[in-house]
Amino acid sequence: MTSTTPAPTDPSTRGIAVQLTELRRVYGGVAALDGLTLHLEPGELVALLGPSGCGKTTALRCLAGLEDPDSGSIEVGGRDITGVPTNKRDMGMVFQAYSLFPHMTARQNVEFGLELRGRDRSARRARAGEMLELVGLSVHADKYAHQLSGGQQQRVALARALAIEPQVLLLDEPLSALDAKVRAQLRDEIRRIQLEVGTTTLFVTHDQEEALAVADRVGVMSVGRLEQVAPPAELYSAPRTPFVADFVGLTNRLRARVEDGRAQVLGGSIPVLPGSADGPEAVVLVRPEGIVVEPGDGPAPATVVSASFLGGHGRVVARTPEGEEVSVQVANTDVTRYRPGDRVHLAPRGDAALAVAD
Amino acid sequence: MVPFFAYTTVFLIVPTAVVVIGAFLDADNRFTLGNLEALTEPSVVRGLTQSVILSAVTSLVGALVGGVLAYAVSTAREGSVTRRFFTSLCGVLAQFGGVALAFAFIASFSAQGLLSVLLGRVGLGTGSGLWLYEWDRGLVLVYLYFQIPLMLIVFLPAVEGLRPQWREATETLGGTTWTYWRRVAGPILMPSFVGAALLLFTNAFSAYSTAKALVSQANPLLPLQIGSSLSSEVILGQENAGKAMALEMVLVVAVVMVLYAWLDRRAGRWMR
Repeated sequence: MTSTTPAPTDPSTRGIAVQLTELRRVYGGVAALDGLTLHLEPGELVALLGPSGCGKTTALRCLAGLEDPDSGSIEVGGRDITGVPTNKRDMGMVFQAYSLFPHMTARQNVEFGLELRGRDRSARRARAGEMLELVGLSVHADKYAHQLSGGQQQRVALARALAIEPQVLLLDEPLSALDAKVRAQLRDEIRRIQLEVGTTTLFVTHDQEEALAVADRVGVMSVGRLEQVAPPAELYSAPRTPFVADFVGLTNRLRARVEDGRAQVLGGSIPVLPGSADGPEAVVLVRPEGIVVEPGDGPAPATVVSASFLGGHGRVVARTPEGEEVSVQVANTDVTRYRPGDRVHLAPRGDAALAVAD
Repeated sequence: MVPFFAYTTVFLIVPTAVVVIGAFLDADNRFTLGNLEALTEPSVVRGLTQSVILSAVTSLVGALVGGVLAYAVSTAREGSVTRRFFTSLCGVLAQFGGVALAFAFIASFSAQGLLSVLLGRVGLGTGSGLWLYEWDRGLVLVYLYFQIPLMLIVFLPAVEGLRPQWREATETLGGTTWTYWRRVAGPILMPSFVGAALLLFTNAFSAYSTAKALVSQANPLLPLQIGSSLSSEVILGQENAGKAMALEMVLVVAVVMVLYAWLDRRAGRWMR
């Protein structure tokens, strides 16, 4: 997983605090939001991450005013905007589907929000030029949406959303329609621009790599609730719930005995994270990079099932005599040391892990 | 492609060639411009004018009413019974012309028509019912019967092509519903709307059998005059004058269809 550590957001930026409190939204008896509470610091970029149907987009749409919560409140800069219509909320939004107005050029799209705000022509043109420059599309200013690639369209959409100098920027899976390479480029660009303009931003995505790469903090959602909100590194290394451990990154579920804050697993002992279960019949959630594999016999023997080269690193899957399959991350140069059927032994590296009841 | 070319050759290219060539031949098959003089006769000019007026009025009213209905249908859930019912119904009604339609209106609105009698009993009589046989009143109503459903069918895909994100983007940028329709949806739909209206125009302009079944005493429309000149047993040798009138129709329809194709291409680009 590539993860560029985001620079901490400058608190002196023009961002504004956002507070969602106990938001609840039910569709046909199913709670899309089940008491969601989330705070965004001024200028912060928070990513909401979760599987389809977890409620992340509903939360963003409630903040935009495109959905009305059944209960709960939304405050921006200390002002309650729960009942304020969308067009009075002063929020810029980039959508998952391409949303440029097809009968307008890129420049006209960017100018549109300014025109609605009564800005004169020269001011509009100057600001649109500035925004298109910011997203690197000045040379395409006079092109229509159908003349732009998907990535370019989303850049223009970002420029359009930022042109009005919104209090809050909302990004609803803006990269999901793009191919992998463009997605990675634009993801980094979004972060660069967000840091430059300092707008408080809520970024919704189902792609964990995307969330971990761009956000100051990531909120993991499941069935309408926030499971955990934390900086990317903390979320990855210290998941607070089994769902977060499972959803973010790869995880091995290994039977273990937990006593006195330590888990006995794979012939070694590792500390367990706060909130872990205790007892002789527990399961400890260990990352592939939290385990080492070596050829030959040892205290925790296993048999290689597969060894794969994954580019930046390699992965060995080995089966223990108890039938547990363990995924281990190895250096990409070491992959050739292992062949299916080889005898190996495993050991924990010693990183703390979450233990849950079996 | 071969069946397509065979079909268009037999049913479009050959008849058009017959019309074009025949318009410039006399009774002895010699070249002449004499047939074109028939186009300047007051009755022919009147026929063309009235055909254009009838087509323009029914296409405009049909486009407006059908456009609103298309939007209403598009708000129904995709695949819902309401939506399927209306699109299927309009598919049938748009093709329901000719003698059967004329008879339906005569049975309903003529002096002794069912609706006329019922309305007469409650003091809302429709008079002698002769208006039904006039090109500028009766035919307008009858033509609208198939023009409105045709508009719904032709225009519905364009309305369905409006992306919800366009409305939401307008709102987040500070616009109202009125802003959305005036600045976004309206301009996006306009080429499709005008294109569909042009299609309605040609549909009415070339309609023959409905008018023929209702209007039997005179030939107030160009298609009826062409039919009359081709089948007249009173004045012989009028076929080629009829072909000149048909050429006139072909030219009008060709201009309209070129405009339609241009608008359709433009709308298609936007809706991709």
